[in-house]
Amino acid sequence: MTIWLDVCAVEEIDPEDVMRFDHEGRTFAIYRSAKGEVFATDGLCTHEKVHLADGLVIGDTIECPKHNGRFNYRTGAPLRSPVCVALATYPARIAAGRIEIAPGGAA
Amino acid sequence: MTATLTPYVPRDYSLTGPEAARAVQAGLASAEWYHSDVPRKVMKDLMQRRDGPALRDTAIWLGLMLATGAGGVATWGTWWAVPFFLVYGVLYGSACDSRWHECGHGTAFRTPWMNDAVYHLASFLVMRNPVSWRWSHARHHTDTIIVGRDPEIGHFRPPQLMLAALHFIGIPDIFLHFRVLARNAAGIITPDEADYIPETERPKAIFAARVHMAIYAGAAVWALASWSFLPLMLIGGPRIYGTWHMVMTGLIQHGGLAEDVLDHRLNSRTVYMNPISRWIYWNMNYHIEHHMFPMVPYHALPRIHALIKDDLPPPDPSIWAAYKGMIATLWRQRTDPTHTLFRALPPTARPYRADLHRFDVERGGA
Ligand code: FES
Repeated sequence: MTIWLDVCAVEEIDPEDVMRFDHEGRTFAIYRSAKGEVFATDGLCTHEKVHLADGLVIGDTIECPKHNGRFNYRTGAPLRSPVCVALATYPARIAAGRIEIAPGGAA
Repeated sequence: MTATLTPYVPRDYSLTGPEAARAVQAGLASAEWYHSDVPRKVMKDLMQRRDGPALRDTAIWLGLMLATGAGGVATWGTWWAVPFFLVYGVLYGSACDSRWHECGHGTAFRTPWMNDAVYHLASFLVMRNPVSWRWSHARHHTDTIIVGRDPEIGHFRPPQLMLAALHFIGIPDIFLHFRVLARNAAGIITPDEADYIPETERPKAIFAARVHMAIYAGAAVWALASWSFLPLMLIGGPRIYGTWHMVMTGLIQHGGLAEDVLDHRLNSRTVYMNPISRWIYWNMNYHIEHHMFPMVPYHALPRIHALIKDDLPPPDPSIWAAYKGMIATLWRQRTDPTHTLFRALPPTARPYRADLHRFDVERGGA
């Protein structure tokens, strides 16, 4: 069974923006696209463990604030060096006006 | 301002020597750095990418290069060629560095291919391997002026002032860069390079070096075939006769300031400059701001400077003032390599954190 975790109200994240979410010693980056869809990835860049939530969302990509490496936040794919390793992604949804993620993946 | 330093031990600036292990042990490698507070909404606005400013600047840059290059060719053999090549040289041999830098960060343009195209062109002009320098510059941002970690430290202690002066005519820079390109083109990656270039990227570095070397070989053949220096005035030569502006602005980025600190306010310098130099340098005179927030594009640096300047040491009011402070420090470092230029913070600033350094810097008034 998928276990959904409550993150925040949808409007707490601007469209085309990202927010940090910490839970039980793990850190996630929660995204809201320009169209209003929500996504979740690991919170730390795979290059040097910097919080991606301090970076910039450009279209479907998140740019890391440290060395400007980029990932596609929908798929986690690395798009621009110095990042080479993909980012883990997690299911995310909007339920009753709140953003929820499934850190254990969808069942 | 006073500072208490531990006794000086001659330092090894390589990335594979004992200093590298020492930096890791001291917690200076890939560490957390000081940042001035900027609200997220404001920062988001400052980070926004646009194509417009860089398209305009690139059109001016390439247009002027084309015009002055053509002027130089048309007047070659007469004194009229001198002013043309003076301008062409700076556009090629100095402006290339800031374009290389900003496009390497991916912040100049919003459109990725535009960043990449200008990055590759500028890498060739500045004689840097576009692949390996991308990685070296990432390390420079992770471990800015951390000895044993940062491959781009411009001033070793004790300083060699004569050598620094020769940089203004591209010596030994151009020979070193050329040697690296030739070595990479031969398929050789040194242990220092291997320290920051991932294995998967090394074949790309070798390929890029081969392309650069092929173009230089073409220019050399053209010069020999035409028995004229003109091809070398147009290709490669500007890294000697036009590089002075890049060196003038580059040396003051970190010169004389602290090593092994985790606060860019202590190891980087912001300098007010005339608008022409700022255009050539693409606003990298706001160097503390750039290091603190590398995702802010060059055209937004004056805005972030205005926002956080009360948290930074007062900027040097001119290039001349920056040199005065730096040269006095480097001069003393010849005999006392521990001597470091520390600047007081304004009373509005958050203090330098003594726990992040080997020394305590007194807080001063503005
Ligand atoms: S830490 Fe993210 S790109 Fe380097």
